[in-house]
Amino acid sequence: MKETKQLVCISCPMGCRLEVEMEDKTILQVSGNLCSRGIVYANKELTNPTRILTSILPIIGGVEEMVSVKSKTDIPKNRVFECVKSLKGLVLQAPIHVGDVIVKDLCGTGVSLVATKTVLKK
Amino acid sequence: MFDVLIIGGGVIGCSVAKYLSEYQLKIGLLEKASDVCELTSKANSGIVHSGIDAHPGSLKATLNLQGNQMMESFCKELDVPFIRNGSLILCFEESDYPDLLRLYDQGVKNEVPGIKILNQEELLQLEPNLNPHVYAGILAPSGGIVDPFKLTLMQAEVASTNGVSFFLQTTVFYIQKKQDYFQVETSKGVFQAKLIVNAAGIYADEFNNQVSNHILKIIPRKGEYCLFDKQVGSLVKHTIFQLPTPLGKGVVVTPTTDGNLLLGPTAYDILDKEDISTTVEGLKFVVEKGKKTIKEVPMSFVITAFAGLRATEANGDFILGESQDVPNFFNAAGMESPGLSAAPAIGVYLGNQITTKLRAKKKDHFVTRNKSVVDFDKLSLTEKARYIENDHDFGQIVCRCELVTLAQIKEAIHRPLGATTIDGIKRRTRAGSGRCQGGFCSPRILDILSKELHKDPKEIAKSSEQSTYLVGLDKELL
Amino acid sequence: MRNVDVCIIGGGPAGLAAALSARKEGIENILILERETFLGGILNQCIHNGFGLHTFKEELTGPEYAARYVQMVEEASIPVLLDTMVIDISKDKVVTAISPQAGLIQIQAISIVLAMGCRERPRGALNIPGFRPSGIYSAGTAQRYVNIEGFLPGKEVVILGSGDIGLIMARRMTLEGAHVLMVCEILPFSGGLKRNIVQCLDDFNIPLRLSHTITKIHGKYRVEGVTVQQVSLDKTPIAGTEEFVACDTILLSVGLIPENELSRKAGLKIHTTTQGPLVNDRFETSIPGVFACGNVLHVHDLVDWVSQEAEFAGQFAAQFVKLGSQISRLLPIVCGYGIRYTVPTTLCIDSMKTLTTVRFRVTDVFKDYYLDVFVGQVRVSHQKKRIVAPGEMESILFKKHWLDSKTEDEEITILLQKE
Repeated sequence: MKETKQLVCISCPMGCRLEVEMEDKTILQVSGNLCSRGIVYANKELTNPTRILTSILPIIGGVEEMVSVKSKTDIPKNRVFECVKSLKGLVLQAPIHVGDVIVKDLCGTGVSLVATKTVLKK
Repeated sequence: MFDVLIIGGGVIGCSVAKYLSEYQLKIGLLEKASDVCELTSKANSGIVHSGIDAHPGSLKATLNLQGNQMMESFCKELDVPFIRNGSLILCFEESDYPDLLRLYDQGVKNEVPGIKILNQEELLQLEPNLNPHVYAGILAPSGGIVDPFKLTLMQAEVASTNGVSFFLQTTVFYIQKKQDYFQVETSKGVFQAKLIVNAAGIYADEFNNQVSNHILKIIPRKGEYCLFDKQVGSLVKHTIFQLPTPLGKGVVVTPTTDGNLLLGPTAYDILDKEDISTTVEGLKFVVEKGKKTIKEVPMSFVITAFAGLRATEANGDFILGESQDVPNFFNAAGMESPGLSAAPAIGVYLGNQITTKLRAKKKDHFVTRNKSVVDFDKLSLTEKARYIENDHDFGQIVCRCELVTLAQIKEAIHRPLGATTIDGIKRRTRAGSGRCQGGFCSPRILDILSKELHKDPKEIAKSSEQSTYLVGLDKELL
Repeated sequence: MRNVDVCIIGGGPAGLAAALSARKEGIENILILERETFLGGILNQCIHNGFGLHTFKEELTGPEYAARYVQMVEEASIPVLLDTMVIDISKDKVVTAISPQAGLIQIQAISIVLAMGCRERPRGALNIPGFRPSGIYSAGTAQRYVNIEGFLPGKEVVILGSGDIGLIMARRMTLEGAHVLMVCEILPFSGGLKRNIVQCLDDFNIPLRLSHTITKIHGKYRVEGVTVQQVSLDKTPIAGTEEFVACDTILLSVGLIPENELSRKAGLKIHTTTQGPLVNDRFETSIPGVFACGNVLHVHDLVDWVSQEAEFAGQFAAQFVKLGSQISRLLPIVCGYGIRYTVPTTLCIDSMKTLTTVRFRVTDVFKDYYLDVFVGQVRVSHQKKRIVAPGEMESILFKKHWLDSKTEDEEITILLQKE
């Protein structure tokens, strides 16, 4: 059965409004996108939606109390909550530098959690 | 056993406390809020009335006039901002002019100094932003404006320094007359005192009625206000009233001592003594009526709205002095306008009666003067440099809108009766009272309070204990 | 008094980009004044991703974007004074600042670049009736608690205003353990970026209630609830649509205002719509040699455009040091139908670049309109716009040659047209 789905591409702040023509679970055509990332996004969003997780963790002995972190690449959307819950109770030690790996494998997603900020020792 | 227990830490309670603190008396002050100046004293017009309004011969008239005369030196001694900016009372229709003249005559009877009638041209010359259709007005040069927070706080601090014990977050439940003393049941236990001063504002009737057969009935009269940014603070120089007409009382348009513009209040009686909420109708009324006084109400410059409750007693005058049927029970009830203007005089008036009654003697040593937290913003550049050199915390701006420094916040915390809440800091330093209304500085002040008072940040509140900000750490609830 | 060629007020994204470009133009004596103890400004508390796609061609978080610029500024050895708050700028370009360590500092600058950023509109501007309990935060204040201090400022949250910070905070608070009940937006459309609605609200099933507002705040001590009400097109609450929503927290995301206290003190002319200084295409304000860029000029949606704008401002500030004023004839840009404001508001006919970016916002949502530029009666540009919305800043590249045919007293008009 053919159907048309409306999406807003979130690959960049342009937020292109996509029209995706689908038959069963196959994408026939994507329109409304200003660049090729729209097609990639539509494919992903309708088959395996993913998101970047960003969060914050407490840090001891640093010039700041908290350090910001993110998943190095996107993780499955439906696992975002599970991943963020796994960070509960985690406390880091200063110093931490931008890009430092905090967690090697976030809940078996194969994606690492990295620092997005440098917090030097007090 | 206390010699005197004062119920209520508003401007009246603190005035009496300050006066009595110069005497050899054991004095306590019970306040249910977490700070003094938390109810009516913090939410009013901040006006020192000239005394035209009060009915000749009433306590209101006498004490307003006295309070007005005392205010300048009183405020100087206590370092409270006071400006004698003069008041105007306007009428807008020729048909109202006879009433304006009657009010003028009343002012003469009340011996209000220097009052005169001005015509349209004279009014517009004095205040170019007035509604050009104004008809005539009375100028009362003795009218003024005062910082109501500081007037309360600075007196409380002096009283505290002189040995008055302040019991905050102490709600009085019941007062019982015993043989030769009073027993006061509170949320913090039982107190005993030889003499009671009932300065409980809108609750004064309840305490009076617990001991006296002369029943009082206090009706809370709500007043809503709009406060405007300092950018429009100089729209008017005088405190401008509208002549009451059969159609209503109108609102006041006035600068504040801090340089903001204030419009209000509404005036309507309500049932709930806890209801300090603002309403759509109220705020609309204030703005609509304000438009009558000034050409344009600068709505885009509103920074906050608030409401206060005035304690209106059915008989229309202040109830001041010893209860007729309960010896040593002193009332300061019905403290509606001009209560703030009269406050210094009421302190003397009641204080005198009490010290006479108790045959109290003056202490050998007591302070009468106070020095407020320094207003860094108002210092000259050289002075600013000197302050920072002496204390680096003066170089750390915490509130950007009002230019309040870390040193000032710390001082507000560590003064006598120091601030323990975000609102307490605001009233002592103005931090958070500017155009961003604490958006920027409140997390910082919360942090400073928690560090200086060695308290968990989660316990730091806006005002009362229940008004905390933080509910937990990140992820704690996950 | 210290003498500086280019003095930059603010070490956020705008200030840093302006400093770097002034240095690129060969100015040695630059000074950045930053009131915080670190550079990067508000980006440090914007820990979400979505920054830098244009500038760095990759998707970064706020702190990462800031860190890149900080590193470049460090590598260029541009002097910075941290923990230094400017309290006054005079007409003759003396900057007065204070800091805990250095005390009171005065700097005589040749060029000044204003890059102080913006602040949030407070509740007062809304005048919502009700009590004044704790639990009411601007979205940015909540962001600071959650992202910098590590505290959750509420459990049950209603957000008023669908500006980007509000949307971002809906997701942030959800992911830190709060329950976001709804986002109310008084307008029939959102003021935030569409992608933020998708990934901050839709992802978490947070309803966006368009044409709804909060008409009353309940709770004397801590927020206990709000009355939410539907509004008509003229924003008037519709009687009978009142709905009580129990919550302990209200986040206000009702817009940002350029922070121009200093600009006002200096006597700069301020744009009544943007609340930022009026500037020409050189980002020069009404005081020659004083430039403005970033959110202090007008509030942006994307930091990438802030950096781009600031780069130009830094360049022009440097040219002012080297060549003095370049302003002769100024041609005003008029906002026609559908255009809320433009930045710049004037073009320097003689010294303008061959291509000048004119940024603007529209007054409403317009679908399938043409963006037209007229010089006098002559249409010089005609571009189809599929959709434009007030929440998203637009821009047009203004070509200098469009003015070639211009005769005296003709003005430039930018407008939206159906045909």
